[in-house]
Amino acid sequence: MLNLLYAPALILFALFIFYPFLKGIQISFTNWDGYSQEYKWIGFANYERMTTDPDIGKVIWNTFIYGIGSTILQNIVGLAYALFLNRSLATRGLTRTIVYLPVIISPLIMGYIWYFFFQYQGGAINDILLLFQEKPANLLGDSDLNVWIITFVNTYQYLGIAMVIFLAGLQSIPRDYYEAATIDGAGSYARFCHVTWPLLAPSFTVSMVLNLIGGLKLFDVITALTNSGPGYASASLSTLMYQLYFGRQDAGYAASIGNLMFAIISVVSIFALMYLRRREVTS
Amino acid sequence: MMRKRVWLNAAALIICLIHVLPFYILITTSMKAADDPSSKWIMPGYWYTDNFTNAFREANLGTAFINNATVTGFAVLLIVILGSVAAYPLSRHRTPWNKFIYTLFISALIVPPLTILVPLYKLMVDIGAMNHFWGIILLHVTFNLPMTIFLYTGFIGTIPRELDEAAMIDGAGRLGLFYRILLPLLKPITATVIILSGVAIWNDYQFSVFFLQQPSMRTVTVALASFFGQYNNNIGWVAAGSFMAAIPISAVYLFLQRYFIHGLSSGAVKG
Repeated sequence: MLNLLYAPALILFALFIFYPFLKGIQISFTNWDGYSQEYKWIGFANYERMTTDPDIGKVIWNTFIYGIGSTILQNIVGLAYALFLNRSLATRGLTRTIVYLPVIISPLIMGYIWYFFFQYQGGAINDILLLFQEKPANLLGDSDLNVWIITFVNTYQYLGIAMVIFLAGLQSIPRDYYEAATIDGAGSYARFCHVTWPLLAPSFTVSMVLNLIGGLKLFDVITALTNSGPGYASASLSTLMYQLYFGRQDAGYAASIGNLMFAIISVVSIFALMYLRRREVTS
Repeated sequence: MMRKRVWLNAAALIICLIHVLPFYILITTSMKAADDPSSKWIMPGYWYTDNFTNAFREANLGTAFINNATVTGFAVLLIVILGSVAAYPLSRHRTPWNKFIYTLFISALIVPPLTILVPLYKLMVDIGAMNHFWGIILLHVTFNLPMTIFLYTGFIGTIPRELDEAAMIDGAGRLGLFYRILLPLLKPITATVIILSGVAIWNDYQFSVFFLQQPSMRTVTVALASFFGQYNNNIGWVAAGSFMAAIPISAVYLFLQRYFIHGLSSGAVKG
């Protein structure tokens, strides 16, 4: 029954994905500290603890801002860039190359690069602000602002993916459709609404789901820019889980946070996928 | 008409300028001496090379680059071999059992490896894979296989079956058929797989920081993060380190950018 050709891949899967996944459910019902051989079965205590954890509400909220906020921004700007670059411009290749460049740079390094922009002492933004005001602004230490700065950096970095997906989608729309619409008297706005928008539906599915999963699991950029501080103000579920495990030896609780994150990401992405796929069929 | 074109090109150049800004700030920061209070927006009239030599030495970037290349090279090689071989029966023999296996592989696409970090860490300790390149290589291979199998299965589906049959009649065994007939035809999608998984593994921070904790085994991102932790008051050093760490992959990208962009769009939309 098992095919020898995919057996190696399947063994790796069983060992490094399915087994840990089940093990993670088991660990989440214990008070394991991550190191010792002894730990107790404590039932649903870790999950009950989530409901009273003073930080978790903010952390879940941040995770959604990172996921949904960057998805919306990336798709709006990515589509705008794609529509703009779909014209024959001399600078088209250059723009595409430059907008896509951050995609291939490590998100950790990207975080450091933007750190030089937003940092308190001698940051590039503060160099400008100091021309108008006395004191520098603590942008990354501002717990209302830094979540949006991180969302912005994630958007900047992965904008190129949305742009390239939309460009590929635009190029697959046959030219005759536009010609036919023009003959029927459609202006450029009507052509966009009735030809481009519905026929781009498959590109939206891919771009939305990729960006959504990428944003919901955000980790490196947060670590580089704010180290999820001050306190837990800019933490996401991934950085919270990391700190619980390695910082506070709270492995059982960290495992339950991991399971919560797994549940959120799969529910959100499956719903998004179903909704977006249905849009493809009806268009 | 001519005037409109000029304006559009000017707008495109402004977009480029905005997107290049962070890199410009990175360069000016990396070139300034620690006691230079001038703004990050101004290019210093000198090049303070100490930032670069110090960062390279203190962050141990030389070793880190070699470690990164080792892990990425072996992982990508295994991904291509295991992924293409696994996709072949899944694409050619669509039995209910194979469809189930395929769905199993693909469902892992939605799961970020980070969500199972705690049990994964325990497993790596238990099998003695901590601080060994083979351990992290196997992890990278596993978590990149879903996308790889997805891409290969889709692509093999577009290659006519008649080709297999013709080769069989000519006496090719199944493995010979795969390597001599199919693999050469898979070049475009193999390039895409190499690019996508290569970039992901080269840039990885999460797995590397958990599973390669020994200083001599650090990859570039881990070396840089610990360097940042130590010297974040000396921003010139950190900037120079980040700059050097970003150079190799940026250089590869600028040489091969046509394939990068093509790889992503063909992988994402047509796959």
